[in-house]
Amino acid sequence: MSGAAYRVSAAAGRARGRDEGPVQETGEVMGSRRVGPYTLLDVVAPHVAVRVLPGQFVSVAVDGPETLLRRPFSVSGISGAPAGGGIEIVFETLGPGTVWLAGRDRHDAVDVVGPLGRPFTAPPEPAPCLLVGGGYGAAPLVLLGRTLRERGLRVDFLLGAATQSRLLGVMDAKRIAGTTTVTTEDGSAGRAGIVTDAMEDVLDANGSGAVYACGPMPMLAAVSEVAAGRGVPVQVAVEESMACGVGVCWSCVVPYRRDDGVANVRACLDGPVLDGARVDWPTLRTWWAGGAQSPELTP
Amino acid sequence: MTSGSQSQQVVDVAEARPAGVDLSVDLGPVTLANPVLAASGCFASGREIDRFFDVDRLGAVIVKSLTLEPRGGLPTPRMAETPSGMLNAIGLQNPGLDRWLAEDLPWLLDAGVPTIVSIAGNTVDEFGALARALRRVRGPVAVEANISCPNVEDRDRVFACRQDTTGEAVRAVTDVLHLPVFAKLSPDVPDIVAIAEAARAAGATGVSLVNTLPGMAIDVERRRPRLAAVTGGLSGPAIRPVAVRAVHQVHRAMPLMPIIGMGGVRTVADVVELVLAGASAVAVGTATFVNPMATLDLVEGLPGWLAARGHTSVADLRGAVSS
Repeated sequence: MSGAAYRVSAAAGRARGRDEGPVQETGEVMGSRRVGPYTLLDVVAPHVAVRVLPGQFVSVAVDGPETLLRRPFSVSGISGAPAGGGIEIVFETLGPGTVWLAGRDRHDAVDVVGPLGRPFTAPPEPAPCLLVGGGYGAAPLVLLGRTLRERGLRVDFLLGAATQSRLLGVMDAKRIAGTTTVTTEDGSAGRAGIVTDAMEDVLDANGSGAVYACGPMPMLAAVSEVAAGRGVPVQVAVEESMACGVGVCWSCVVPYRRDDGVANVRACLDGPVLDGARVDWPTLRTWWAGGAQSPELTP
Repeated sequence: MTSGSQSQQVVDVAEARPAGVDLSVDLGPVTLANPVLAASGCFASGREIDRFFDVDRLGAVIVKSLTLEPRGGLPTPRMAETPSGMLNAIGLQNPGLDRWLAEDLPWLLDAGVPTIVSIAGNTVDEFGALARALRRVRGPVAVEANISCPNVEDRDRVFACRQDTTGEAVRAVTDVLHLPVFAKLSPDVPDIVAIAEAARAAGATGVSLVNTLPGMAIDVERRRPRLAAVTGGLSGPAIRPVAVRAVHQVHRAMPLMPIIGMGGVRTVADVVELVLAGASAVAVGTATFVNPMATLDLVEGLPGWLAARGHTSVADLRGAVSS
């Protein structure tokens, strides 16, 4: 109820919303390119670009056959900011919505809502930071790494994927990081295995005092447990099936230990960045296995 | 962790409101400024969408169904997109009536948007207890009794699947409340007019038509249901013809009874379609998931649509389909 009235932009990029928080903006595609099996899309959306923080996401309207809902993407980069700024998103074409989006040409309009959700936050005490990414889940970590470096913090990367072509952001990471460690499950690049096989060594070698992770949920569970086992603060950007992205549909919940009990919190509003030590991974694993009913939770 | 200043100029836009178009509608004794409502379960506390626009621009907000006790809801996945629609199985996650009264109702009242309280009981007695808890509450303009939720005393079949259980649940609320009561009905019945008549006979002011349709989707590669709860409620444009049919049938049978219509409304023409079928007001749900500005777009687009066709009042179009 406070703040400015409903507004629109006088500029070409039409944005609606308030002076702070998320807006709905008509963005303009500046280009797209293939990055291995992924598509990187650069969209000029100045109101979103100037507000977005590492770890936040946008939801993009798509127009594939019979599609209805927006698609959420974490922001992987900012281009041309602050004036005339664009956002970069990275995705894999897995269904009609992402196929449609990958087919957008330069200067096509796309409808963007964002920035959404809570961003990563700086470590409570200055400490070397380890950024752990899995597959295209590494997308928001380069942006985060740059921001942490601007704060004078040491940054190390640990990036994993099933195979070399599915790694994302390795070159960007090398530009930012003290060290960049790579794992692939098939051994086609770096160390053979998964990120948590290398994580203890990387933490020891760099004296990491904070862990940030983004990638598949089972990876986030394993990374959180390694970090929490060593008493290292860990922030994870979670992923969950999402209808609205703005906190009203209650689809994207994650069981989370709050001070008053375990609650199903919304990934889109309370997350996507959550304290990995507080996510109730054992309950989530029963959900992933299927068939388990929800435990008694505080809403 | 970084911050930037607003680089682009923003300007206020005048509210487009053609002169001479009356958007006000009546829900029984309640008059609303316009017929566009937020549907239950699709607007959370109100604060989430108020990040985008002042929610008092809406005719009313029907809040997410409240139960006596807090509910954590179902496991994920809770949502699956389907052709022109979506399935959901949330499990009525909500803070419970008491906490909502303490934490969320004051915000809505302060926001100045008419508030319709949706309540859901596991049993007839729970509907009565929820109604008693609302007796001395000031502020809400009406109650929506969500009787399309499972009745634990009837093998979890929904109250609204039978006339007798519909009547019992509605009567438990209308017996103790002086507020207007709208019974929210399921379209998954052979004779929705009979169910609506049972609700009316039990003292309901009107009915809300329709709740989601039961549905299911299967991941054929993994041979698993796409929802953790196996089945869920289908919403979105896919069900709009079902809503239009149900509203039309009930309005024909009881033309004086107020009806809140909902089901897949996305455009101004969709709002008008439900009004022509017989809706007094129209609630919007899934469209808000697609676009947080959806309800405001309808409020702003409706006057121009009506004016362009020479209509001066939306209420005049109620039930005006020729047949």
